[in-house]
Amino acid sequence: MNWVVNALKAAIGKKLMMAVTGLAFCGFLTVHLIGNLTLYGGRDLFNSYAEHLHSLGPLVTVFELVLLALAIVHVLVGLTLFYENWRARPVRYCMNKWAGGRTIGSATMPYTGLILLAFVILHLMNFHFVDKTGRTIFEIVAGAFAQPWYVAVYVVAVIAGAIHVSHGFWSAFQTVGASHPKYMPLIRGVGILFSLIVGIGFGAIPIYVYVAVT
Amino acid sequence: MSKTINLTLKVWRQEGPEKKGRLETYPAKEISTDMSFLEMIDVINDRLTLDGKEPIAFDHDCREGICGMCGAVVNGHAHGPEKGTTLCQLHMRHFSDGDTIVVEPWRARAFKVIKDLVVDRSAFDEIIRAGGYISANTGGAPDGNAIPIPKEVADTAMDAAACIGCGACVAACPNASAMLFVGAKVSHLGLLPQGRPEAARRVQSMVDRMDELGFGNCTNEAECEAACPKEISITNIARLNREFLKAKLFSPHS
Ligand code: SF4
Ligand code: FES
Repeated sequence: MNWVVNALKAAIGKKLMMAVTGLAFCGFLTVHLIGNLTLYGGRDLFNSYAEHLHSLGPLVTVFELVLLALAIVHVLVGLTLFYENWRARPVRYCMNKWAGGRTIGSATMPYTGLILLAFVILHLMNFHFVDKTGRTIFEIVAGAFAQPWYVAVYVVAVIAGAIHVSHGFWSAFQTVGASHPKYMPLIRGVGILFSLIVGIGFGAIPIYVYVAVT
Repeated sequence: MSKTINLTLKVWRQEGPEKKGRLETYPAKEISTDMSFLEMIDVINDRLTLDGKEPIAFDHDCREGICGMCGAVVNGHAHGPEKGTTLCQLHMRHFSDGDTIVVEPWRARAFKVIKDLVVDRSAFDEIIRAGGYISANTGGAPDGNAIPIPKEVADTAMDAAACIGCGACVAACPNASAMLFVGAKVSHLGLLPQGRPEAARRVQSMVDRMDELGFGNCTNEAECEAACPKEISITNIARLNREFLKAKLFSPHS
């Protein structure tokens, strides 16, 4: 198993871990978004979606543990890369310019990532590790998003997420070596589209709930 | 018709690797727009020498964009703001009268400043030594065309082989990563049949060496591709990633 450790320790190995876990999160975001769309169907549809989901029992727990493991890898490797890359240039340039390759997404990856980490913790405290006795999940969500500052925090975090994904998606393909002149433009396009869907899809929810309940 | 312009240069001056450096300001008066950037520094250096001052140290050799010796960061751009151009091929007509130009050396932990704008790029030689070659036994010359190579493959290999090892990719990379350089070498050798026998060993030892030398990690910023004077594409980095993964998964030597 030594070769696995060696492979993952290398610069490309670390990139691969970021790419694979990142792509898994893209998958998770898709499923999560589809589920959340039931909010637009009103209280009953959303509550029944939550109930159906939780009736899966141990499957949900397994899923959560897998997500947790992916998150730990993504965050720890990401922070390592951030630190190593910062160390790779001890003396900085007096004048910094973009040559034309960078995007807002690529240039802010560590920062949007840290915003997302803080957000995920807040989000879990809001809706996951919360006392659910006597209240349905819809009431909890509606209660949270009745407060404007909650809506604002969520929208900002979702925008950070969309920016993160706008670079992360195509970058993951590049990292696993899936680069082909025929498909790369498509992958880039899908990445941008996906980040827009994530941004608008998730971002509209708190605003919609706020407008609907107040 | 040649015209002349007046510029202000702010150049990084540093006496030695362990010395503290700083930006010094020099007026660059009556510079012909037909000069290259390096010729402009020659003129400044002549004037500095006449004044009894130390001339600006910079690397150069061919001055025709093919050797890879020259290079400095000009106004925040490696090799200056022109696309696909080495510093020696950057002409002063791209600047306007009254401009202030900041000139800095390549910055990376793996490229130590030796003096002023001269950096030690022997880290690239180390990476080449780790696997940037093919081992061919001597003997009778093989027949020409004995090994058929499709034109597209030859072209892609040739595009990667255009890398002159200047180090601008490292200088321009926000992470000071050497992936474009290594990607170019792994591609140009690995795409051709003569390079295949050693491909798995090559990619692994070159990447290992690159890591040891203190280069950063690629985060697909693509700044290298935009700065590269030979316009080496980041598809070569994808190929490097692919070769690495393939070698780790399937080669018995990993
Ligand atoms: S890849 Fe381009 S920028 Fe990097 S060393 Fe080669 S020629 Fe220079
Ligand atoms: S001096 Fe040879 S490439 Fe510029």
